[in-house]
Amino acid sequence: MKYLMSGIGRKQLMAITGLLWSGFVFAHMLPNLLIIFSPEAYNKYSHALTSNPLIYIPEALLVFTILLHLVNGIWVTVENKRARPNKYEMAPSGEKAPRFQSKWMIYHGILLAVFIVYHLVTFKFGPYYSVTYNGVEMRDIHRLVIEVFQSPAYVGFYLACMVAVGFHLSHGFYSSFATLGFFHPRYSPAIEKFGYVYAAVVAGGFMSQPLYVFFLAGR
Amino acid sequence: MGGTNSTNLKLKLKVWRQKNPQSEGHFENYDVDSISSDASFLEMLDVVNNKLIRDGKDPIAFDHDCREGICGSCSMVINGNPHGPQKGTATCQLHMRKFQSGDSITIEPFRAKSFPVIKDLAVDRSAFDRIIASGGYVSVNAGNARDANSIPVPKAKAERAFMSAACIACGACVAACSNSSAMLFVSAKVSHLGLLPQGDPERESRVLKMMRTMEEAGFGNCSNTGACSLACPKEISFENIADLNREFARASAKERA
Repeated sequence: MKYLMSGIGRKQLMAITGLLWSGFVFAHMLPNLLIIFSPEAYNKYSHALTSNPLIYIPEALLVFTILLHLVNGIWVTVENKRARPNKYEMAPSGEKAPRFQSKWMIYHGILLAVFIVYHLVTFKFGPYYSVTYNGVEMRDIHRLVIEVFQSPAYVGFYLACMVAVGFHLSHGFYSSFATLGFFHPRYSPAIEKFGYVYAAVVAGGFMSQPLYVFFLAGR
Repeated sequence: MGGTNSTNLKLKLKVWRQKNPQSEGHFENYDVDSISSDASFLEMLDVVNNKLIRDGKDPIAFDHDCREGICGSCSMVINGNPHGPQKGTATCQLHMRKFQSGDSITIEPFRAKSFPVIKDLAVDRSAFDRIIASGGYVSVNAGNARDANSIPVPKAKAERAFMSAACIACGACVAACSNSSAMLFVSAKVSHLGLLPQGDPERESRVLKMMRTMEEAGFGNCSNTGACSLACPKEISFENIADLNREFARASAKERA
């Protein structure tokens, strides 16, 4: 318990929950791409996931871990702000300027928390359309996605949030390893580069869906 | 002083002045000229202070001692960089030839809740002493000195311990960190002592005590930006922080009660 209340303990908890979500977003992004290939495959995949009662276990885990991540993120940020009550006139520059900054993490993070709630309301708990394939009635989530992404405002908001996902992952992925105590001069530069590529792939993958729907699949 | 390439610089200084810990500080501007490019940064401040004293004004307070980069006393932020623009250098070893005539230089104290300003650029870094007192030591039973080579230390570990031991506890890591975290300082001590056989008996208790004291003192958490390591006059590696994270988790897992 002392460990979980300590600064390092809480950061390590954030690293573990962050890495778990890093994996989840990839697993979410990849099947999204089915929309490009076939509405039927898209709906069937969604049906296969949601009709399995075991889905509640990963769902509960995701909700629990994101809450832990969020609460600790806010807590750590408040502590960090308190540690520097008086601001500097100038920021580090030249050779001493850090290559990346972490101060935006809390802002992307809060935007993403809002996005996740809104995203669930729009899709998971959104209008229910049904469709039947080979006599099996299932939710036509494809139709809802097509409808939602007709709105330029929604597409714009979604794209902005996916940029935030990219930035959040690009610092978070690499940072998680260091926080968990894994840093090695031989491997860490590779982890950092992989983090950037991973962030770009996940963000780009998510962005492809609204862009595809808005520009190509518009009815 | 005065090499053949020495020139005189004219500078615009903007210096943080604060009477005491309670008062509100403010910046004051000073136009200075005839500063030798061979002077160190602290010698430049000495020249400014001599003039202030001659004019009957209060000189700028700043910490300094050895002036050869090993005591860790000098502490100021120069144009946003702790210890100034040059890597691997303490303020006392920064020379004015790094600046051009006509430059504006902003000089601020290290800013952190745990390093309250005493006066002007001098800050109270006793929080570091409290962290060291809590666990930054090895316990040695008195008696005859052991034979120097009776304790085997692997070469790689000795080197890493030595690189960590280079920390002069100046606090530039705290000053550079956007969260005023002291993790680089603590990690340097934990690696320095923990890697060596002499420090091994206290390996777990040391990291727990030092980290807890650090948190009590109000330093922030590490965000892994590496700004600390870039600002460090001894270039203590950021790798130490990852080691500290691992050591802390390990010690926490082994701790009883």
